[in-house]
Amino acid sequence: MNQPASAYFIEDRHDPNETHTLSVLVQNEPGVLARVIGLFSGRGYNIESLTVSETEAQKHLSRITIVTTGTPMVIEQIKHQLDRMIPVYRVVDMTQTKRSIERELAMVKVRGQGEHRVEALRLADAFRARVIDATTESFVFEITGNTDKINQYIDLMRPLGLVEVSRTGVAAIGRGPEGM
Amino acid sequence: MTDKSHDPNQMTGAAMIVRALIDHGVTDIFGYPGGAVLPIYDEIFQQSEVQHILVRHEQGAGHAAEGYARSTGKPGVALVTSGPGATNMVTPLTDALMDSIPLVCISGQVPTHLIGNDAFQECDTVGITRPCTKHNWLVRDVNDLAKVLHEAFYVATTGRPGPVLVDVPKDVQFATGTYHPPRKSDVHRSYAPRVKGDATQIRKAVSLLANAKRPVIYSGGGVINSGPEATKLLRELVEVTGFPITSTLMGLGAYPASGKNWLGMLGMHGTYEANMTMHDCDVMLCVGARFDDRITGRVDAFSPGSKKIHIDIDPSSINKNIRVDVPIIGDCGNILGDILQVFKAESKKPDIKAWWQQIAQWRARNSLYYRKSNDVILPQHAIQSLFEATRGRDTYITTEVGQHQMWAAQFYGFEEPHRWMTSGGLGTMGYGLPAAVGVQVAHPDSLVIDIAGDASVQMTIQEMSTAVQYELPIKIFILNNQYMGMVRQWQQLLHGNRLSHSYSEALPDFVKLAEAYGGVGIQVHKPSDLDGAIQEMISVKRPVLFDCRVAALENCFPMIPSGKAHNEMLLPEQANDEATAKAFAGGKALV
Repeated sequence: MNQPASAYFIEDRHDPNETHTLSVLVQNEPGVLARVIGLFSGRGYNIESLTVSETEAQKHLSRITIVTTGTPMVIEQIKHQLDRMIPVYRVVDMTQTKRSIERELAMVKVRGQGEHRVEALRLADAFRARVIDATTESFVFEITGNTDKINQYIDLMRPLGLVEVSRTGVAAIGRGPEGM
Repeated sequence: MTDKSHDPNQMTGAAMIVRALIDHGVTDIFGYPGGAVLPIYDEIFQQSEVQHILVRHEQGAGHAAEGYARSTGKPGVALVTSGPGATNMVTPLTDALMDSIPLVCISGQVPTHLIGNDAFQECDTVGITRPCTKHNWLVRDVNDLAKVLHEAFYVATTGRPGPVLVDVPKDVQFATGTYHPPRKSDVHRSYAPRVKGDATQIRKAVSLLANAKRPVIYSGGGVINSGPEATKLLRELVEVTGFPITSTLMGLGAYPASGKNWLGMLGMHGTYEANMTMHDCDVMLCVGARFDDRITGRVDAFSPGSKKIHIDIDPSSINKNIRVDVPIIGDCGNILGDILQVFKAESKKPDIKAWWQQIAQWRARNSLYYRKSNDVILPQHAIQSLFEATRGRDTYITTEVGQHQMWAAQFYGFEEPHRWMTSGGLGTMGYGLPAAVGVQVAHPDSLVIDIAGDASVQMTIQEMSTAVQYELPIKIFILNNQYMGMVRQWQQLLHGNRLSHSYSEALPDFVKLAEAYGGVGIQVHKPSDLDGAIQEMISVKRPVLFDCRVAALENCFPMIPSGKAHNEMLLPEQANDEATAKAFAGGKALV
């Protein structure tokens, strides 16, 4: 490959990208989320989804779930870079363990009348989405599931008068009796 | 019931800071006062255990602290005010992060109730310095201050060392709280760097080493950071195995340049023998280095036939640029000790006579060759003369960044660690002069020389004033070619010789400048005057600006052209116009 005039070697990377879900246990202190996000933006990593909340108040522990994409080498880098941050306790690659459950919650607002309303309700039933708000011309559905299921549901709502969607992002946990 | 007013641990935040410095054995700090740190300066004024060096610009304080740290192995400490004081620290903090230098920066901040108000000299210091520190803290409660300060020193100096920053609002400096001496519980439980290497990996590594036919040891700054024991063990490993050894820019001095197994530095401006050995080896032992892009050249052609062992304390250095076969995470010294022990017990000893014969052929190419002149001083010759004149003395060398830095690395032979202070990762022009100030503070009786360029030195020239104030007899040895030499070299090689803004039209008269600062100025033009002038420089016990006028258009070789591999080096005798054009042909097509 011809290199442009540069002091740097510009590499072609052909490795395919993979999507991984990472669970990160951190000390809940000011700035910790900024550190994690800054790492991703600063080093050019992708964030597909990010979920964060305090999970153990007494111990000041928060759990961050990040869905990211990259080549296997980049994914490995991301995990190491996260792990070496001072307030990070543990990083677990939920995708690599192959023993994790991932869920996301979405609230989906649909506006419509007549047959569209009926169809929306019928599909909601099929997807086990709940109606959490209703007017004579709209519904807000609450749906929980993995990302694919939610995407699919949203796609189905589109022709039925989809107004807007609010999603929590992915939360993940390992199967079995052990904690992370 | 204790009476709080008589409790010696009850004190103001400002007093805690000085107390913590003393408790961590800090004797010298570098700083610049301002509104948001006045309470701390008031405490400094009223004690004598910590000496404060007043710099002329906060960047100077940071680099001086880096030089201090790099030359002693102890953390460097800088004290700056809020706003511009803190933003001026961004360069040295980033520099220290890239080169793994333990640095503790204490910055003042506007009072807590004004944070976020766009107050005078306010900036989001922890936000700005978050990506350029190993960790940083904003202390909002005086009762957290002692814990944070102790943790700051711990984080800066353990694991992979690095810079940390503690931002202390002015009201916290005034407030009274309880101090405690350093204790283990001050540190995040989540921070536990790994020191000991995995035994299975160490056995795998030794097995590779013992069966190697074409081995090489590639060592880096991590060996020096690990401490004197690691250096000793590295030398012993080279002795016991008989392996050739090369080093990164940051690692110079861990193995002596006079040692018989020394190949010289590797990488973009490394020696031919070092790069060829790296390219053709079958087993590579990387100790405390990080496969930086200046080292590897073209990554897909980097040492294609070798098994690679990588020792690093930072797991994120493993497989970052180059995939390795046997990673060992932990402290260099610790792991080198284990490797030596297992290797000595191993019955098989590698036979590498043929390999050394091959290396001798590469060495015979004499890749550091340059044409001497009787009319004009060649920069390489100037460094060699400086080296000869200081050989056997207690000497510390700092540099700025550019051609002079590479020539210093190529032609100054370092025999011991901690003697070479240079900005490797960040490549900070203006590093060397303030770093020399820091080194001289730490080693008042040693000879401290900043090998500089005429462009770099002007970036922090104001620190001459610091050197004069504190009677620090640093020597600024300027290779003056009136160009930003390395920029010009790249423009010549890659940009059709269009020398866009790489020539300094109006250089100061460095001799007068030295005198204006109260130092000594020396200027040399002729090769025949050089040795005498260097002797004069060394004998003067005051700060010296040494204006060494060198051949203006000399370039730095050998060189790995961009996008090329270790075995495609451009050697000095080949570097005529035609060969140079050809070597960079791939690039030129796309200019």
